Amino acid sequence: MASRNISVSEASRPKLPRHARLKFDETRQVWVILAPERVLAPDEIAVEVLQLCDGARSVADMIDQLAAKYAAPREAIATDVLAMLQDLADKGFLTEAREKTS
Amino acid sequence: MSDLITDGKATAAPHDGLAVLESRRSTAETFGIPLAVLAELTHRCPLQCPYCSNPVELDRGGTELTTDEWKKVLTELAEIGVLQIHFSGGEPTARKDIVELVQHATDVGLYSNLITSAVLLTKEKLSALAGAGLCHVQISFQGNEPVVADRVAGLKNAHQKKIEAAKWTRELELPLTVNAVMHRQNLHQLTDIIQMAVDLDADRLEVANVQYYGWALKNRAALMPTLEQIEETSRIVEDAAIRLKGILAIDYVVPDYYALRPKKCMGGWGRQFFNISPAGKVLPCHAAESITGLEFESVRSNHSIAWIWQNSEAFNRYRGTRWMPEPCQSCEFKEIDFGGCRCQAFALTGDAGNTDPACTLSPMHEQIFKAAASEAAADNNRFLYRNFAGGTLETEGEHGA
Repeated sequence: MASRNISVSEASRPKLPRHARLKFDETRQVWVILAPERVLAPDEIAVEVLQLCDGARSVADMIDQLAAKYAAPREAIATDVLAMLQDLADKGFLTEAREKTS
Repeated sequence: MSDLITDGKATAAPHDGLAVLESRRSTAETFGIPLAVLAELTHRCPLQCPYCSNPVELDRGGTELTTDEWKKVLTELAEIGVLQIHFSGGEPTARKDIVELVQHATDVGLYSNLITSAVLLTKEKLSALAGAGLCHVQISFQGNEPVVADRVAGLKNAHQKKIEAAKWTRELELPLTVNAVMHRQNLHQLTDIIQMAVDLDADRLEVANVQYYGWALKNRAALMPTLEQIEETSRIVEDAAIRLKGILAIDYVVPDYYALRPKKCMGGWGRQFFNISPAGKVLPCHAAESITGLEFESVRSNHSIAWIWQNSEAFNRYRGTRWMPEPCQSCEFKEIDFGGCRCQAFALTGDAGNTDPACTLSPMHEQIFKAAASEAAADNNRFLYRNFAGGTLETEGEHGA
């Protein structure tokens, strides 16, 4: 599977694969990721980052945006965001946007 | 299928911002609406597996909910907070309206899984299902090659068709789960089945030992593994899980006859799961109709699905812990396994309210374990195939196919 074992860098333009759906659950009033045989509840920060993963925006852009929004040092934000995205990718919840679709 | 959306399947690392919703115990504590529901669209199936999880008394085609009735059910499920729908059977693609139902699930916001034998799928049908918004495909396999697999399925060429359908699934970039139901007559293929799942580019593999009620209980002598096989199986699965980390996720369902503690069946009766039978009965588990004396409400009744879940006698009878007799009532594990499986307790003791004999604390445990071990040793391999006629015994060279 093309999405497996991707390595996230600032140049990556990650997006959720079609089998992972980020959705606000109105009944329980929480954000959820729907995946095969799983329902996960991402925390607020993960939701914010995942919402930026549209396959067009690069990780570098995402870091800039978050650093500006929270008036935080870019380096600290970069470390956290890259670690979180890599972890999500390792679990199969992120894939790399393909060249042809970008 | 007791492992559909249960707790403890994925534990999130502390820094990834993910938690499994079930682990918050919200459903368990409040009996809120389950996150996922199993829709058994039909009991019709071209396969005749001797361990079929459908009840021995199958719903006939004429009793099935209509397309409009299923659509109404899907809409209602989404409205009350269900997030995922598992389309199962029987063989769900035996329904001519399967694409229409998947499309409707998508339209009302449900995440859809297709749990299929795959033998009726064509590339066009699968492509139409993907176009309708299908999110995930789970294909059952009976072995890693046709000789064993087609004999177990009771259908010639079944294995080859499954392999083709699995390849189409991945060509369409749908995630694939391989479901392998394991028993004495195919456990020797487990290593090869794991490799087959890798070669098919599956995301997940379910290694599910047969659970013995309904058809499987009728076939227990032909299916029950030996203790040596189970020990070997556990070793193979543990090795593969480490070796294939990041390539193939493996879920393992152990056979509870050889366990010390019973399984937390369905996550506890009426706590986080229900299914809807082909005729529209709302059931605490897909085998629940085997328990005589319980009345199950239908989606065709005047009650809403949420009312049936919260209030019906069948769901409340074994919900929580107050119904429990000894040795469960004073047991420190009663909130961990909820007394095991009600269907198994009924099948083996005649009373669904008894402790599941899979538990070593059950007075029946010793006797049943010994019976299973002696059946495994006797090695009588003749199947009783599953069908609407109450089952057909395997004949020499015929494979029921």
